[in-house]
Amino acid sequence: MAEEDDLILSELDDDELVQQMFDDLYDGLKPEIEEAVNILLERGWEPYDILTKALVGGMTIVGNDFRDGILFVPEVLLAANAMKGGMAILKPLLVETGAPKMGKMVIGTVKGDIHDIGKNLVSMMMEGAGFEVVDLGINNPVENYIDTAKAEEADIVGMSALLTTTMPYMKVVIDTMIEQGIRDDYIVLVGGAPLNEEFGKAIGADAYCRDAAVAVETAKLLVARKHNRMSAG
Amino acid sequence: MSDALTKALSERDWLLADGATGTNLFNMGLQSGDAPEFWNETEPDKIRALYRGAVDAGSDLFLTNSFGANASRLKLHDAGHRAHELSRLAAEIGREIADSAGRTLIVAGSVGPTGEIMGAAGTLKHDTAVQMFEETAAGLKAGGADVLWVETISAPEEFKAAAEAFANVGMPWCGTMSFDTAGRTMMGLTSSGMVEMVDSLPNPPIAFGANCGVGASDLLRTVLGFAAQGAERPIIAKGNAGIPRFEDGHIHYDGTPDLMAEYARLARDAGARIIGGCCGTMPEHLRSMRIALESHTPRARPTLDHIAEVLGGYSSPNDGTGDDDGSVPRRVRRGRRRV
Repeated sequence: MAEEDDLILSELDDDELVQQMFDDLYDGLKPEIEEAVNILLERGWEPYDILTKALVGGMTIVGNDFRDGILFVPEVLLAANAMKGGMAILKPLLVETGAPKMGKMVIGTVKGDIHDIGKNLVSMMMEGAGFEVVDLGINNPVENYIDTAKAEEADIVGMSALLTTTMPYMKVVIDTMIEQGIRDDYIVLVGGAPLNEEFGKAIGADAYCRDAAVAVETAKLLVARKHNRMSAG
Repeated sequence: MSDALTKALSERDWLLADGATGTNLFNMGLQSGDAPEFWNETEPDKIRALYRGAVDAGSDLFLTNSFGANASRLKLHDAGHRAHELSRLAAEIGREIADSAGRTLIVAGSVGPTGEIMGAAGTLKHDTAVQMFEETAAGLKAGGADVLWVETISAPEEFKAAAEAFANVGMPWCGTMSFDTAGRTMMGLTSSGMVEMVDSLPNPPIAFGANCGVGASDLLRTVLGFAAQGAERPIIAKGNAGIPRFEDGHIHYDGTPDLMAEYARLARDAGARIIGGCCGTMPEHLRSMRIALESHTPRARPTLDHIAEVLGGYSSPNDGTGDDDGSVPRRVRRGRRRV
């Protein structure tokens, strides 16, 4: 510890500062991230570049190490909290500058399921990756998902369940979307401890996501595919 | 004067615990979204049937229907104030079934997680957690539980809070955690880490172990991890009956009674003394586990390869034990600011 140098963020050049932000995100240091975001803004960085190069870049490292079993939930929550500090500064500026959008996700635990740790992680990691997230919270009936997805013009509907007693409800939501003829308007992602890929397929979801890091990767892939399809069509 | 579980453990090499609560209740008509604990009041016959299912299949011990009977979980059903009452009812019905069974049955008062996050990144404070657990624990004690049994815990902070609450009500207890994330708990605790934590508690449990998680193989890898750490205390193994599959609109676990019999034998060989199932484990599984354990001649501790051969592969290449030897690459750190 004693060998570590004291750092003054404002004395670092841009590249070093971004590297330092990766470290500070990894360590969940919110005040340092906020300070660094402000420094980059003062240096004339576009809000969108700060988001993608510094914050999303740093959260990608966190996500990879979470996926690889090097980091665990407590560390990821702290990192996401630091990221949120930076995002709070950037959000109004991103809107002002009309920065491109990654996509929007509506997410919640299904009816009967109050276990929201996994859902919260996915929300945070999705925000960490630059997506907009509308969090429905816990215990959502089918209309919450569908009404909100329509109203928010979401790209993705995410459902989470921890219990074997609640996971069948995901199929109810998907079946209702099919009945209303809107199933293909959305990418449907499902997750939760008792689920698996086979279950995801059986109920007609686009993908089952094993953890929050996989959810982010899958969302990026499927949103890109959807955009390609739309521009091709 | 020792408690019923300590006494049973001193007389027997192994005890058969129970199986699933949720899966069984779901089969009895519990609707997705209902709090199972309400049935202690509104459908007591179904709870009797749940307990009797385990007892008739040969369990020596069963858990009460109080997993979600804490203020934090019940408040989502507008019943946050009913934790004590619903816990007491769960234990009372358990006592009734145990006392009329004609043999010694241990009623273990189930205490499930709060569902909230503790520690630096969380919102639930230690004192509040202890208070919540104490309310549930006091209800279970009042209803006549022999021991308290905290289960499916991920965070060491939460496990410790439960232990403190149990000390406050003066009850003997057991505790199991869920190792479902590459062999660790969701919060990153390894099996060896759990042994160290349990041994450091001022009021250690009678027995400790693992429940739920991924599949039977992973659970036994965790049990081997406990044993390798030199755990002195009796070890509990309560694994799921395989992996959940979705068939004809409902969830079915793919572990057969035969597979669970193999699992029970291997759990015994791995060093577990209290052996049961978790999700998907029905009375027919328990029956076959009972027969397997009764006819079992202890064998050498199984290797990881042998377990995989018999029960199927693991969910991850390793379980995080021994990581501290530097075999896992840590990120190379740059300088850090002092705050």
